Amino acid sequence: MALFDFFKKKNSGNIARDRLKLVLVSDRADCSQDVMERIKNEIIEVISKYMEIDTDGLDIQLTTTESDGGNGEVPALFANIPIRQMKHNA
Amino acid sequence: MSEVIVITSGKGGVGKTTSTANLGTGLAMLGKKVVLVDTDIGLRNLDVVMGLENRIVYNLVDVVEGNCKLKQALIKSKAYQDNLCLLATAQTRDKSAVNPDQMKKLIEELRKEFDYVILDCPAGIEQGFQNAIAGADRAIVITTPEVSAIRDADRIIGLLEASEIGQIDLVVNRVRTDMVKRGDMMTIEDVVDILSVHLIGAVPDDEQIVVSTNKGEPLVGTSSMAGKAFMNICHRILGEDVPLLDFEEGGGFWAKLKGFFGKSSQKGA
Repeated sequence: MALFDFFKKKNSGNIARDRLKLVLVSDRADCSQDVMERIKNEIIEVISKYMEIDTDGLDIQLTTTESDGGNGEVPALFANIPIRQMKHNA
Repeated sequence: MSEVIVITSGKGGVGKTTSTANLGTGLAMLGKKVVLVDTDIGLRNLDVVMGLENRIVYNLVDVVEGNCKLKQALIKSKAYQDNLCLLATAQTRDKSAVNPDQMKKLIEELRKEFDYVILDCPAGIEQGFQNAIAGADRAIVITTPEVSAIRDADRIIGLLEASEIGQIDLVVNRVRTDMVKRGDMMTIEDVVDILSVHLIGAVPDDEQIVVSTNKGEPLVGTSSMAGKAFMNICHRILGEDVPLLDFEEGGGFWAKLKGFFGKSSQKGA
């Protein structure tokens, strides 16, 4: 597989495609404050069904992380949600 | 019922104006009443591509500012007269001369007279782009199989999706089959996959485009590869189901070989 990849990578059409895919993930992830706020509120809504969370201590942001596929840095949604208590009826 | 189509790309130099001229002319050839509007204020170009640069008296900004009637600013094409008109842009003004509301009003006027209003959008995502997309029903995004053009097309598609545009289609322009074959150019499938938007056509890189621009005569409908490709897109705009053109037809090695043997056997017979 690695050998196959090695040969596949050699032509510039594939290099272009792979580079583009990565750059577009970053481009598209670069969303506005308004969208982030909406994502945050909806996450609170979903999680709150199952557990009681500390909404003031909730931290959500877009960062980058090392990808599993060895493609370098990829964007990631990072959410730190402190749980106060699990809900019994969940 | 009339339809307003904006031809856009984000990046400059990928073939917006050429596509506008050819798609508009093609639709006129198919019997539709078409008006082409150059919205690139300050960088007038559609007039030269259409070969109508000597006939401009009034322009888009004159109409918007009320210096003339709309009919006075419409330039009839040489070959199709009333069926194909051009509304040229102003050369000595800038994008701020017109706002999106004024564009919408102008387009509503044009809708009354024409089946198709085709807007040639300026490069970029600033006011000129906002003006051009303001009154459009659908958009055709032009890109080439290159990283910079595709990245900009992706940005444009995002902005179009956030606007009120109903339909977004993609044209992959300047495809070089020889380079795709040896793996040095992204395939049409790659481009469509990356942008995940509906493909309405692909146009090969054809030197006849340069010849046609030199003369100011769009090549749509001619036997050239690009001419055929543009005509196919026109049919698809009208809702017809036309298969993608095989760019190799007549140009590839095997086709040439077949043509050679075909000729020699005819001689023998």
